[in-house]
Amino acid sequence: MTYLPPTPSHTVGPFYGYALPFPGGGDIAPVEHPGTVTLHGYVYDGAGEPVPDAIVEFWQAGPDGSLAGAPGSMRRDPVTGGFLGRDGVRFTGFGRVPTDADGHYTVRTLPPGAPLVPYISVCVFARGLTHHLFTRAYLAEGPDALLASLTPERRATLIARPEPNRDRTHRFDIRLQGEEETVFLDFG
Amino acid sequence: MTLTQSDIDGELAEIRAGYAKARAAGAPAAHHPPRDFPPYRSSLLRHPKQPLVAVDADPETVELSGPVFGHTDVTELDHDLTRQHAGEPLGERITVSGRLLDSAGRPVRGQLVELWQANASGRYAHQRDQHPAPLDPNFTGVGRVLTGDDGSYSFTTIKPGAYPWRNHENAWRPAHIHFSLFGSAFTQRLVTQMYFPGDPLFAYDPILQSVTDDAARARLVAAYDHSLSRPEWSLGYRWDIVLDGPSATWIEEGR
Repeated sequence: MTYLPPTPSHTVGPFYGYALPFPGGGDIAPVEHPGTVTLHGYVYDGAGEPVPDAIVEFWQAGPDGSLAGAPGSMRRDPVTGGFLGRDGVRFTGFGRVPTDADGHYTVRTLPPGAPLVPYISVCVFARGLTHHLFTRAYLAEGPDALLASLTPERRATLIARPEPNRDRTHRFDIRLQGEEETVFLDFG
Repeated sequence: MTLTQSDIDGELAEIRAGYAKARAAGAPAAHHPPRDFPPYRSSLLRHPKQPLVAVDADPETVELSGPVFGHTDVTELDHDLTRQHAGEPLGERITVSGRLLDSAGRPVRGQLVELWQANASGRYAHQRDQHPAPLDPNFTGVGRVLTGDDGSYSFTTIKPGAYPWRNHENAWRPAHIHFSLFGSAFTQRLVTQMYFPGDPLFAYDPILQSVTDDAARARLVAAYDHSLSRPEWSLGYRWDIVLDGPSATWIEEGR
């Protein structure tokens, strides 16, 4: 079989802000859907400082477990050349959020209907990061091959914990380096 | 102490020598840059120190599928960065065309290609870019397109300028265009930069040189292709992009 060597990765750099983010990038759930959960957190560097110039992407199964996805995450306006935002109905399974000046991101989504122990796939890009990093935000713990392969300390970095004082809200911080460094994944 | 280009050159030479030695001892080619690449100072605190954890992909693995985009996500003008304002941007008008392929050489069809870049003077339309070069009111520098059935894409834009940055004293980035690519699987996601052939700044740039393998680095450089140049209009560059990472079709084929 043919094998073509891949095009190398490069950092996203500091100036993607007028290109990659789009309105409603974090609003994966249809508007005012009662099943909406909020996933949010901070991205930190190896000194424990927030990373204000990361951009985080999310991919997940729909509430019915489907991984087919759908277009319409970043609908464009052919009249003005701007963005229309999502249509508020369709579930595309994809989100993209730049971190703010505090290194914080938020997505609102529906809990994935698959796999059994549900997780949202997370891909992190940042200035200074030469090659993106994959991780997973698990919304629950349970029998899962990846979770089972990790020590309790490392496993804890993949669990998006429900916040006690907020309804249907999970906290998922991403630590690029150092103590409690997030588990990052290699798919080969 | 001021960090000079000669300091960076020394670090790069040392890394290159180490890589050559590893290759001679039988190490495989490194297609991607290491995340820990000290000459690019911003990488120091932003790379994990723990090894990545290998995931044995099975049909339930979410990352073997990926986001999809359609014609609602792209307008017909999005591929032409010279037609997004009332007037014409300044600079050398170019087209950048190529194909998006997976590592088996198959076209990646109907997927989103995004691109962003500095203007002809080397200035981004970004508030935090403080390079004292002029902004161009007729150029934003963002484009999008969906790949065709043969994986092809094409953009019309202007050639970006080189610009300074603060990695070290007198640091300059060679002219480049940022690209963001999706495959059929999220594992194939790629963000990278395309360069122009023969740029004298290549050797000095720790970001390009973070790809230590010569052949891999060469894959980031577009080719000038005279057959793509349009008479009295634009100069043509060709750049094919290959995604790696497993996809669902690989698994189905028993890879």
